[in-house]
Amino acid sequence: MSNFWSLWIILLTAISIALIVWLLFSNRKITVNKENKTTGHVYDGIEEYDNPLPSWWIKMFVISIVFAIGYLALYPGLGNYPGLLHWTSVGKWEKEVQQAELATESLYQGFMNKDVVALADDKKAMRLGKRIFANNCAICHGVNAEGSYGFPNLTDHDWLYGSEPEQIRMSITQGRNGAMPAWASILGNDGLESMSQYVSNLHTTGTDATSPAGKQFAMLCSACHGPEAKGNPLMGAPNLSDNIWLYGGDVGQIKQSIAAGRAGQMPAHHDKLSEEKIHLLTAYVYQLRQSSDANAK
Amino acid sequence: MDSQSQLPVYDYRAVKLFTVMAVVWGIVGMAVGVLLAAQLIWPVLNFDTPWLSFGRLRPLHTNAVIFAFGGCALMGSSFFVVQRTCQARLVGGPLIPFVFWGWQLVILLAAISLPMGYTTSKEYAELEWPIDILITLVWVAYAIVFFGTIMKRRMKHIYVANWFYGAFIITVAVLHIVNSLAVPVSLTKSYSIYAGAVDAMVQWWYGHNAVGFFLTAGFLGMMYYFVPKQAERPVYSYRLSIVHFWALVSVYIWAGPHHLHYTALPDWAQSLGMVMSLILLAPSWGGMINGIMTLSGAWHKLRTDPILRFLIVSLSFYGMSTFEGPMMSIKTVNSLSHYTDWTIGHVHSGALGWVAMISIGTIYHLIPVLFGKAKMYSIPAISLHFWLSTIGTVLYIASMWVNGIVQGLMWRAYNSDGSLTYSFAESVVASHPGYIVRFFGGSIFLFGMLVMAWNVWQTIRNGEDLAVAKSPAEVMA
Repeated sequence: MSNFWSLWIILLTAISIALIVWLLFSNRKITVNKENKTTGHVYDGIEEYDNPLPSWWIKMFVISIVFAIGYLALYPGLGNYPGLLHWTSVGKWEKEVQQAELATESLYQGFMNKDVVALADDKKAMRLGKRIFANNCAICHGVNAEGSYGFPNLTDHDWLYGSEPEQIRMSITQGRNGAMPAWASILGNDGLESMSQYVSNLHTTGTDATSPAGKQFAMLCSACHGPEAKGNPLMGAPNLSDNIWLYGGDVGQIKQSIAAGRAGQMPAHHDKLSEEKIHLLTAYVYQLRQSSDANAK
Repeated sequence: MDSQSQLPVYDYRAVKLFTVMAVVWGIVGMAVGVLLAAQLIWPVLNFDTPWLSFGRLRPLHTNAVIFAFGGCALMGSSFFVVQRTCQARLVGGPLIPFVFWGWQLVILLAAISLPMGYTTSKEYAELEWPIDILITLVWVAYAIVFFGTIMKRRMKHIYVANWFYGAFIITVAVLHIVNSLAVPVSLTKSYSIYAGAVDAMVQWWYGHNAVGFFLTAGFLGMMYYFVPKQAERPVYSYRLSIVHFWALVSVYIWAGPHHLHYTALPDWAQSLGMVMSLILLAPSWGGMINGIMTLSGAWHKLRTDPILRFLIVSLSFYGMSTFEGPMMSIKTVNSLSHYTDWTIGHVHSGALGWVAMISIGTIYHLIPVLFGKAKMYSIPAISLHFWLSTIGTVLYIASMWVNGIVQGLMWRAYNSDGSLTYSFAESVVASHPGYIVRFFGGSIFLFGMLVMAWNVWQTIRNGEDLAVAKSPAEVMA
């Protein structure tokens, strides 16, 4: 803020407060006791007394003004003047974050010497992991990590980018960008229709390179989704031969995915979460898979 | 006053229309509010229909109760008060019906465009630019009629009610024009000329002064006429009205930044907004003191006159919410209350307790006078309405206080490992009982409005005619 505007704010504030004080004090006392006498004006039968201002009200008014002046001396308020305490909201936030990190540093540090697989069996670590998950991941993946439309289920066997510890860690740290291109202009209306039917049946019939749609699949889709439509974790291309669908499995939804494409984004967390927290979170997500494996057996 | 003998013939046509429409829009606006309250309990009531969804109906509710219900009550009562306290017939000729019909057109356009999803996304200023221009035209016409009448007054002084009405009219014009400045890209879409934190600051300078000048100064104007008139007592202190009027209008304009605590707004603006909000407490209470103390020597009238009860209880709610407001503007308190239902409760203690109740008292006073009746058709029905309004308001406020504090505490609770104790959805679950109580409170209040509508209808249709004329002016009604 330039000095001009700073001065402008200071003057405007000072003049306003001064005028209010003047208004209050110039009306504080009534020289002649006119209590319960009217002013003499009559408006549609309404008269006005000229009673003095209640003294408790004047006191309340003065206290609020004194508080305001004191506050403006201590805290930033008058333009560029920083206040006697040199308080800033950013400074306060940084201090609180620092204190919180200091208080929990040793707690999280303690888990770094265990690898992800070992941590997945550590009950205390998993309690912490669950909370990190609830604070950061549940908003998209759900409190139970079962996902929802457009957000992968993390408790099943179907992993877009792989379920090994390092693959999970990479997904959390760097994020993922899923990009399914739009095929409407290439396939045309009839092509879209037959391809959608074909893809929706893949989990029961498997790929069939002899059918017209199967030939097209091999030509256009298998580069990412694989010749047997089993997907490719390197590109995050989904397995189309199971019956697990990120964007819905009925023919209409599949058609929409093929025609217009899909863009999924998992945000990167390296700026948001410390390395230690990501380590715990990786173990927690790894353990989700494991426990569902156990359930499946 | 010497002119008492030959009063002008007052023009009550617009007053009648505005007063009746205040009842109608009050019911419509509050009914939408009750539907919104129900949607928060039973989301299925959104019916998977865009124009019935919470996000689109919410601005319809706020616009309907503030500008349709509150606006009609203010415009109608100000046209009544300015004539009678200036002893001058309304000036402006065709401008008078233009103010009424223009304002109804604004309301109608809002009721169509908001559910269709046309919005500027500025709170309490959602209407798109063509409607904003219409509002400006109507408002200028309103100002010409009001101030023109004041200029033609027969007495030297201007009565205090007209200061407040006047401040309301001038300031709302300035607020509306400055905040609505936008670049239109089509007939139904425009972009604010401000950006980022500046846009937010202009918006809440507008938003808070919509509360300060529309919902406070305007209704204080109403209070300064109808409280002494209904109580048949002189106003408590002329001096207090001078001090609190000037302090109120000069301090309110600073208070907007308290809506933006702990945001990208610079610290200095937040601090100034906070301290000015605290200074605002005394000027706000000046109006309450002047209103309630006007009753000194006539307290017994509260026992027999439910209209006076509406007016006085509205002042109590006014005092309560103007105390709560400055407290919530303190940054430490705000860090708990902000974004929670506490804010919704605070707004409704002002909106239901103050604005609606003082308007209801005013309407009960006005209807017999305007339609030449001796009194309202049913006094017990007014008593019933009074209790429905009071109980409804208390249930509403109390449930939102509880919800607000619960939400604020749940959001800030954290574990020893630094993680948050509760997910957001858990605080929604904890709010569910409060939403149910709020729904009942709102429904009870709405039911009271229906009782009033019946009573107003019966008074106009079947009310006992005024047998003995008090003055020629009143017969003209």
